Amino acid sequence: MSAAEASTRRDSFGALETHLRARRDSGAKLLVPYVTGGYQGWQRAVEAAAAAGADAIEIGVPFSDPVMDGPVIQQASTAALVDGATPASVLEEARELDTGVPHAVMTYYNLCHHQGHERFASALLDAGVCAAILPDLPYVEAGPWLEAAAETGLEAILLAAPTTPEHRLADLCGASRGFVYAVGLLGVTGERTALARTATQIAARCLAVTDRPVLTGVGIGSPSQAIEACEVSDGVIIGSAVVRTLMSDGPEAVGELVASYRTALDHG
Amino acid sequence: MGEPTPSSRSVMGEPTTDGRFGEFGGRFVPETLVAACEELEAAFREAWADPAFVAEFETTLRDYGGRPSPLTECRNLSSQLGVRLLVKREDLNHTGSHKINNVIGQALLAQRMGKTRLVAETGAGQHGVATATAAALLGMECKVYMGAVDVDRQALNVFRMRLLGSEVESVQSGSRTLKDAVNEALRDWVATVENTHYCLGSVMGPHPYPWMVRTFHHILGDEAAAQCKDLTGGDPDVVVACVGGGSNAAGIFSGFADGDARLVGVEPAGGAAVGRGVPGVVHGMTSYLMQDEVGQVMEAESISAGLDYPGVGPEHAYLAAIGRAEYPSVTDDEVVEAFTLMSRAEGIIPALECAHALAWIVRAAPEMQGQTVLMNLSGRGDKDVDQMMDVLGMHGIVS
Repeated sequence: MSAAEASTRRDSFGALETHLRARRDSGAKLLVPYVTGGYQGWQRAVEAAAAAGADAIEIGVPFSDPVMDGPVIQQASTAALVDGATPASVLEEARELDTGVPHAVMTYYNLCHHQGHERFASALLDAGVCAAILPDLPYVEAGPWLEAAAETGLEAILLAAPTTPEHRLADLCGASRGFVYAVGLLGVTGERTALARTATQIAARCLAVTDRPVLTGVGIGSPSQAIEACEVSDGVIIGSAVVRTLMSDGPEAVGELVASYRTALDHG
Repeated sequence: MGEPTPSSRSVMGEPTTDGRFGEFGGRFVPETLVAACEELEAAFREAWADPAFVAEFETTLRDYGGRPSPLTECRNLSSQLGVRLLVKREDLNHTGSHKINNVIGQALLAQRMGKTRLVAETGAGQHGVATATAAALLGMECKVYMGAVDVDRQALNVFRMRLLGSEVESVQSGSRTLKDAVNEALRDWVATVENTHYCLGSVMGPHPYPWMVRTFHHILGDEAAAQCKDLTGGDPDVVVACVGGGSNAAGIFSGFADGDARLVGVEPAGGAAVGRGVPGVVHGMTSYLMQDEVGQVMEAESISAGLDYPGVGPEHAYLAAIGRAEYPSVTDDEVVEAFTLMSRAEGIIPALECAHALAWIVRAAPEMQGQTVLMNLSGRGDKDVDQMMDVLGMHGIVS
């Protein structure tokens, strides 16, 4: 495509962001559950989560060295890899899903780097995935990936952390597509007994510099914590709670869990 | 090799402002850690430009660490192999390896930055012991992550770390070796970055670690270069060191990289990241990385816990890519032979890691007849004796 076309494409919102903006502007708080792709029963878990009111689904593509993940998601990733999950197999299974909400992939950068940025982005799009989150590819290193994703039409979601300095935050939020992933605490994924104070602080800092949807993730472990986070944030990402439920009680229980968050966010 | 740029005249100079050695390096860490890496880089630049800091570093390494380490001419092995074999004795440092250089540097820097806690990963336990030692010396809290497999095969070093007052966590995730210990240390640092310094043990990880760790080890390369000159009147023909992450090799190479000596980094056959030559990104850096056909990081396999790492420091990837250094690999069997050979011929029990370097020298000696070969003996073999009792007893070599 020409530079002008590429520029136009960059300036318009992708499917995920369009959907999330519409939902936010209608007054809803956004709910995005994470499910580890390739884990036994994961597709039914995704469908149950969508049916229970998820606004989008984050699909984890298991990686051998998930440095941003705590024990629960590590365990699910390892189990999926042992069962033979590969990026291709997870995407093939993702393609079969018909949930009616946008899908984003969460994985680690080496899987993207190894395949090549454009091929990786195209493979995701082919599987009906419209966005990607790469938590070990920070904004300062993301330039070539952001370019390739924009050219391909994939929304590249960036993470903002409590430690992100003010001078970088506006640029980071500006460069993110889909939404801004506000990392709620200093630490890896996993449920905590209370919502960290940093969760609302980083969401507020992001919202001050962008009109893009800001979703808070990492450390949201209960519907009441989700409500607390959403007093500032546009929505939440719930990962470990979902995956723990999938591992212990199966995919149908994931639907019930997501429904409890949906109800809490809709009715306080 | 292109013309050196004015800002970095040395082959092993400063990386670019975005932490690259050629196309390798960078800062591929979660956003949470980017600011910490930037803060560390600024603190390191400031400290290293401060003569008082450098003096404290050098004085501590002299009076506490035992520097300078001697250069030993191995007369018996020399006559057996037909080369003039010189050995840089990093095994004689306090805590038994070169690791103390880097750890003293980082611990002093962490203290200067106001950090009160150190975390570290360790494979063979040498870096963990060195970090625990520095933490004890400077009164800092310390936690060392060690793969469960390594905890089993390096029980003595686990006890040493605990004796020194550090907490040792046995890592059960992944392959339960060094790479998983790095993951766990990174996860700790993500959560504790405000008061904790990650004392990374090799020339790997995100910028500025590869450059900073090599700079702290530069002292051993400088010493070796001066000692070789005193003894032989010039540089050796060949400089050899083992490579896991590559810190001891980076230290000794840095004393010779701008000369004519052939530089050889020896990898274990089961962990030959450079040898396989596939670039990848893990643990904060772009470098050569052992991975499967889709990019999952593979488990390295080596008799030596310290080299059981699927990646390699980015500067080594760069030195290989520009052809300045070469990275052959040796098998566990060759390593066991070299371990025994050095013990019997010289009365020096080498760490299994350094036995890799000697194993390559033994193999390549017929093509190096008459040449002067400098080997970095980066650690002593005491930690490996328990493991080697089983290995050698089984082969009937030592009963």
